[in-house]
Amino acid sequence: MTRQTVREAAESASYPLFIPFIMAGDPNKETTIELALTMQEAGAHILELGIPYSDPLADGPVLQRSALRALKHGMSLTEAIELIPEMRKKGLTIPVIIFSYYNPVLRMGIETFIEKLTENEADGVLIPDLPLEESEELSTLTKKVNLANISLVAPTSSTRLEKIAAQAEGFLYCVSSLGVTGTREEFPPEAYAFIEEVKASSEVPVAVGFGISTPEQVKRLQGSADGVIIGSAIMKKVEGLQAELEHEAKRRDALQSIQQYVEGLLAVPSSHQQ
Amino acid sequence: MSKVYPDDKGRYGAFGGKFVPETLMFALEELEQAFEQAWNDEAFMNDYHHTLEEFAGRPTPLTYAERLTEKLGGAKIYLKREDLLHTGAHKLNNAVGQALLAKRMGKKKIVAETGAGQHGVATATVCARMGLECKVFMGEEDMRRQSLNVFRMELLGAEVVPALSGSKTLKDATNEAIRYWVSNVEDTFYLIGSVVGPHPYPKVVRNFQRIIGDETKQQLQDIEQSLPDAAVACVGGGSNAIGMFYPFLEDDVELYGAEAAGMGVETSHHAATISKGTKGVIHGSLTYLIQDENGQIIEPYSISAGLDYPGIGPEHSHLAESGRVQYEAVTDDEAMEALKELTRTEGIFPAIETAHALHLAFAQAKKMSKDQILVICASGRGDKDVNTIKESLEREVQS
Repeated sequence: MTRQTVREAAESASYPLFIPFIMAGDPNKETTIELALTMQEAGAHILELGIPYSDPLADGPVLQRSALRALKHGMSLTEAIELIPEMRKKGLTIPVIIFSYYNPVLRMGIETFIEKLTENEADGVLIPDLPLEESEELSTLTKKVNLANISLVAPTSSTRLEKIAAQAEGFLYCVSSLGVTGTREEFPPEAYAFIEEVKASSEVPVAVGFGISTPEQVKRLQGSADGVIIGSAIMKKVEGLQAELEHEAKRRDALQSIQQYVEGLLAVPSSHQQ
Repeated sequence: MSKVYPDDKGRYGAFGGKFVPETLMFALEELEQAFEQAWNDEAFMNDYHHTLEEFAGRPTPLTYAERLTEKLGGAKIYLKREDLLHTGAHKLNNAVGQALLAKRMGKKKIVAETGAGQHGVATATVCARMGLECKVFMGEEDMRRQSLNVFRMELLGAEVVPALSGSKTLKDATNEAIRYWVSNVEDTFYLIGSVVGPHPYPKVVRNFQRIIGDETKQQLQDIEQSLPDAAVACVGGGSNAIGMFYPFLEDDVELYGAEAAGMGVETSHHAATISKGTKGVIHGSLTYLIQDENGQIIEPYSISAGLDYPGIGPEHSHLAESGRVQYEAVTDDEAMEALKELTRTEGIFPAIETAHALHLAFAQAKKMSKDQILVICASGRGDKDVNTIKESLEREVQS
C-alpha cells in the first residue's frame, strides 16, 4: 500500500483538514505512539510529531512545559524519528511531519537527518526557525527524496507572502496572529482577512495554527481556510492527564478522553452549516 | 581580510544569519533598512555622538597603568576606561545608539533582556532620558542575585519582568524577550544587549560599540604615535570585545579574547563557548554554543553573570575560525586574582567580567618586550560585584 503524500492528504480532506501536533516523549514513548493512533482515530489527516527542545522560541508556556517533560524523560530527535515505524506497525497510515527547531537538526547533521527521515517513513519536515532565506540547503535535500518541507506565513509576512506561497510544499502553515503558540481567547478581527489573503495566494491547502482551542474557532474558519493545526490545546490535555498516561492500566481511558475532546473541537455540525 | 562582513545574507563567513520564526522576518528587514539609513545619515550620527558626549561621558580616558607595567616587567599597559562611562560599563554605547534608532523608526516601546542587569540598567537609563516605555526581561534567578540592579531599573521607570522558563537566567530572559517581541513586533523595538541574535543585530551592536576601538586608536596615536601591539578584551556575547577589536582587524595588532572557564574547562561548569562549544543555532544566529550531543542547549556557568551566556556573537566565531583573534578561557579564580591585582596596584576596581581580560592580558604582557604596547578594554566597574567578590574571598579564607 502506498501512503498518501502530505499534499495528497491535505487536498483530499474535506473541511476541516485536521493536523494535530503532539510532543514526542510527553510523558513517554508509549503514550506518543498511542496518541498518534488516537489522533488518526479522531480524524487527523496529517500528524505533526514535535521534537522537544530546550529553547523553543516560537512556543508559549504549554508547549515549553511539554518539551521540558519530554526532555526529562530522555526524548531526542533520533528517538522521536524512530517512533514513526512503531506507529506504522500499530496501524498509523496518515503522513507524519517531523516538527523540530533547527539546532537539533544541525547537531545531527542535515544529511543524516534526511536519511533518518526516509529510513523511518516520515513524510515531511517543519522547522519553525528556518525562514525561506536560510532553508535552501535543507529544501534541496528534501526535494530529492520527496519529503514535504512545510513553510509558514505570518500576519507580518507582508510582501514576503507571495514568495513563500510560491514555493510552498504539502500545505501552507498560516500563523493566525502575532505571538507564540498557545490558546488565544479569539483571533483579532483582522486575522480573517489575512487568512483569506493567504488562501488566495496559495496553490496548496492552507491550514491555520497558533491559538486554536474551541469548536467556534474551527467553525469560524470554515470558508476561509482549508484546515486547522491544533497543538497546545491537545498537549494541555496531556498535561492534565500526566499521572494516568504514565500508568499503563489507566492510559487507555486517558487517551479516550483526549479523543473525545479533540472530536468535540472538530465537530462542525453539517446540519447547521450556513 | 579585506572582505566586508557581514555579507548581504548577514553572514560572517559560515556564521550569523537569521534563524527566527517567520513572524520576525519582516521586523528584521525593517530594522536593517532603518539602521543602514541612520548609520549613513549625518544628523543621526551627530545625535548619537552628541548624546555619548554630553550624557554618557565620552570619550572615556585611556589610562597608562604605570605601576602594573613595572611590576609585570613587559609591555606598556594601557586601560580603555569603559568603566568610567555613565551606568558603569560599555553597555550604554549600544543602548544609546539603538534607542535613537527606535525613536527614528517611530517605536515608543522598548523590550530588552538582561543577565546581571547592566544592559537592563543601560536600557532603562536611555529610555528614561528619551521618554520611551521600557520592559526588561530578567531571569528570576538573576533577579534574586542582582536585586540592586532590579531596583535601579525600576527607579528609572522600567518594568522588570521575571523570566520563569528554563534555568531562569540570561538565556531564558533572551527567549522571553524574543517571545514578547514576536507578540508585539508591530509597535515594539527589541533592544538587544550584545553582538548576538539574528542579523542585523550583531552588526548594529558592533557598529554602536566600535567607538571603543576608534577612540583607543586615536588616543594611542596622540600619546604614543603608534598602534598597540596587542589588544585584550573579555567575551561573553562579545560586544565590548568586538567594539575594541573591529577598528584594528586590518592592522598589525594581535587580538585576544578572554572567555569564562568558570571552575575549569575540564569541568561541566564553564561558559567557554569557543574553547568547548560546537556549531549550532542560538537566539537566531549560527555560531559556536554549548550544547549536548542531541542539540539541547546547556546552561553555562561563570562567577561573572555577564559572561555566562551559552553562545557567542557570530563574528567572534568567524574570527576564531579564521585565526585572526585568539580566544582563551580564564577561570573564576584566575579572574579574581587579576581583579585584586588591578585594584591594589592601580586603584581601579574592575567588574569580574573585565577581570577575565586582565588575567589574559597580564600573561601576554609578561611575554612582550618593554617597547611594546598592550591595551586592555576595561569594560566595566566592579561596584555591582561587591557582594559576589566578598563571598568569593570569604570562601577562599575559609578553605
